[in-house]
Amino acid sequence: MKLTLKIWRQKSANDKGKIVDYKLDDVSPDMSFLEMLDVLNQELIDKDEEPIAFDHDCREGICGMCSMYINGRAHGPDRSITVCQLHMRSFSDGDTIYIEPWRASAFPVIKDLIVDRTAFDRIQQAGGFISVNTSGNTQDANSIPISKYAADDAMDAATCIGCGACVATCKNSSAMLFVGAKVSQYALLPQGQIEAAERVQNMVSQMDLEGFGNCTNTGACEVECPKGISLDNIARMNRELMKATVK
Amino acid sequence: MATLDSKVPKGPIKDKWTDYKDQINLVNPANKRNIDIIIVGTGLAGGSAAATLAELGYNVKAFCFQDSPRRAHSIAAQGGINAAKNYQGDGDSTYRLFYDTVKGGDYRSRESNVHRLAEVSTNIIDQCVAQGVPFARDYGGLLDNRSFGGVLVSRTFYAKGQTGQQLLLGAYSAMNRQIGRGKIKMYSRHEMLDVVIVDGKARGIIARNLVTGEIERHSAHAVVLGTGGYGNAFYLSTYAMGSNATAAWKAHKRGAFFANPCYTQIHPTCIPVSGDHQSKLTLMSESLRNDGRIWVPKNMDDVLAIREGKLKPTDLSEENRDYYLERRYPAFGNLVPRDVASRAAKERCDAGYGVNKTGEAVYLDFAAAIERYGKEQAHVKGLDEDDKAVIDKLGKDIIKAKYGNLFQMYEKIVDQNPYETPMMIFPAVHYTMGGIWVDYNLMTTVPGLYAIGEANFSDHGANRLGASALMQGLADGYFVLPYTIGDYLADDIRTGPIPTDIKEFDTAEKNVTEVIDKLVNNNGTHSVDYFHKKLGKIMWNKCGMARNEKDLESAITEISELREEFWNDVKVPGNADEYNEELAKAGRVADFLELGELFAKDALQREESAGGHFRDEYQTPEGEAMRRKEFQYVSAWEYKGAPKDAVLHKEELVYENIEVKERSYK
Repeated sequence: MKLTLKIWRQKSANDKGKIVDYKLDDVSPDMSFLEMLDVLNQELIDKDEEPIAFDHDCREGICGMCSMYINGRAHGPDRSITVCQLHMRSFSDGDTIYIEPWRASAFPVIKDLIVDRTAFDRIQQAGGFISVNTSGNTQDANSIPISKYAADDAMDAATCIGCGACVATCKNSSAMLFVGAKVSQYALLPQGQIEAAERVQNMVSQMDLEGFGNCTNTGACEVECPKGISLDNIARMNRELMKATVK
Repeated sequence: MATLDSKVPKGPIKDKWTDYKDQINLVNPANKRNIDIIIVGTGLAGGSAAATLAELGYNVKAFCFQDSPRRAHSIAAQGGINAAKNYQGDGDSTYRLFYDTVKGGDYRSRESNVHRLAEVSTNIIDQCVAQGVPFARDYGGLLDNRSFGGVLVSRTFYAKGQTGQQLLLGAYSAMNRQIGRGKIKMYSRHEMLDVVIVDGKARGIIARNLVTGEIERHSAHAVVLGTGGYGNAFYLSTYAMGSNATAAWKAHKRGAFFANPCYTQIHPTCIPVSGDHQSKLTLMSESLRNDGRIWVPKNMDDVLAIREGKLKPTDLSEENRDYYLERRYPAFGNLVPRDVASRAAKERCDAGYGVNKTGEAVYLDFAAAIERYGKEQAHVKGLDEDDKAVIDKLGKDIIKAKYGNLFQMYEKIVDQNPYETPMMIFPAVHYTMGGIWVDYNLMTTVPGLYAIGEANFSDHGANRLGASALMQGLADGYFVLPYTIGDYLADDIRTGPIPTDIKEFDTAEKNVTEVIDKLVNNNGTHSVDYFHKKLGKIMWNKCGMARNEKDLESAITEISELREEFWNDVKVPGNADEYNEELAKAGRVADFLELGELFAKDALQREESAGGHFRDEYQTPEGEAMRRKEFQYVSAWEYKGAPKDAVLHKEELVYENIEVKERSYK
């Protein structure tokens, strides 16, 4: 199929950036979206133009590296997938496709479609862990039974891949789905209880410090999350924060 | 000439690790503050090592090429992690895990290392649970297990089909705690381009900041590589796009011997190639073989009819199907180890029975499991066990609960519904058992330079069992290296900071800059991918699932010619002082072009078949791998300027605690 691509090009963080048009003539519906961009980049290199920079790595929907806004949606059309799992059969011959980077002041553009998401790392560094040293003498893994329901809910929260689609989608650039998922994982497990109060306070204040906005419950983040992380996690985070601050 | 000393402690195998720990030198807490350690790679091995060493008090500098340590490709491991907990009471023990791993590796791994791995396996599960890793549990709240290929017990712990992700996020959280405390300094979007040797010891690295292009010098008292495997030499593989062998290869060029490069795992259940545009292959977890049956049609007419779309696989009657694994290996059936399953698929496809257009696919069929589970559920629920619609619905619900995310992934890629029609699968490059040679301390042949996880060679022999990669990565990082490196660093308590303004760093930086300048100014006619794809074709066709002398010899010639063409004709757009992915790729492919040749050379000298290495000339009359006693050694290659000049050193493998016998899964 033939496609018109309108892609955000930005040389560096300080460059103004603009949309540039490209045409591709021979796109197979079996290609993944990133393989389509590989083909375009190959053509650009052959023409002595600079290829489009975009983040990608595992190409199987788990590393969370790929991050593009496609026709106004994080990770493009289709639900519960990342860009690398999006295939060209979701588009039609003659389509025009807009491709842009995540937009959020806490995610500055590095180049073209690549943004800096280290703010997420810093939120985790503020408290996204259980303080247990490696020793080989921790207690036996089965010494504390954990209800299957709690373990499964913790797992559902923990499947977050840290891609940032929630932030990119949110009109407030809120990171509360991301932070809520991490807070929830630990809040649901007995091992996470000891530090629960400090954890949620530290992570939320780092989140605010990084410049992420607040949640106004539109639920767009849940819709676009490739792993289907539920809004319940935001509610749980707020509850944890309330518990920690009202004594 | 350097010699190989594996430094395996004396004494009975059960006591070696304990006695070793009792006798090594320790570094006191005050002195640890004055010692710096560089860790390259932040997957399960590198991440867990960084966290643990920082907890101990060392100053750690960690490097990864991704934008965050959480994205290392350990994250993509699906199925699980082995540990000899024997929670199921099915006869598991440390010895069993040790035995299965050595046998699974076709008696080509080092006994003492594997036993240590089995010993610490149980600590890993305890540690991860304490960190908040949400492993699957049963309704009583205890940890659940599943079974994997090549073993007769259920010892695999898992977190849905995302075990690697959860374990990596556990290690990442432990790292984050130390980054927050300032004990780890994290350098993401950085690539190591050389290791710096001072007075014979590894004392630092040269790294490139991938965002700014700046070349940086970093010094330390020891350097640890947890940089993964080299499967991307094949271009198409289940590795991440960025996975590369550059750090390992640079270490090799600086004196680290490279061991068993020809041992590559080709995983039996991956989604087949769909066209020339293909950039990577996707794995379908081995856990699917618990319930999926693998088959091809018995008759060639049916094969052709299926390929032409005139016949659906579901229309083929049972007697016209060849469940070749169940036929050939009745004891293990569809759960034979990976090397055996892959080779059997290749054998059927080579004989012309492949079921897709390219002739390179076999079926993985869940219909029997759906029916079995459906009947079970109908019985439990008191429904009609003969009602096909009821059984079908109940059976599919169970399959969905067990493998839902994998089925969804398959459907997204192939556009076929695997609940209704069998999956099509084919083997793909997945893991490399070979790697940098290390001694019992995980130290390479360069003092102060360590290799952990997939980057080293030691634990999996010629074939790795499923769910053992995660175990080894975390064992090395959490429980082995933190002891062994202390023994070495005890001599460095008076050394003080290593300066970076010395001639060794000058030279190393100059070498790196020269190569980069050469690449960006080459102005050739073909892109990096052009060469990478060509290399991949040579590797797959001539060094793939089955190898022979003639092919390997021509592979060596072709790779060395391709390498020359690369340096004359590669085109790298853009500049060195900016974000430039083509430049980063060019450096990695340049290294694969050397490693690939050594790979073929190693496969050529190994005149036997063992695990993932299968030589056409050495097989039994039934077509099974023929091991040869005279090759019971590790081949460790010393760099001498070009791959063809590499010198072979042999570490003889001694089996005192396990009887070396025919590896049979029949």
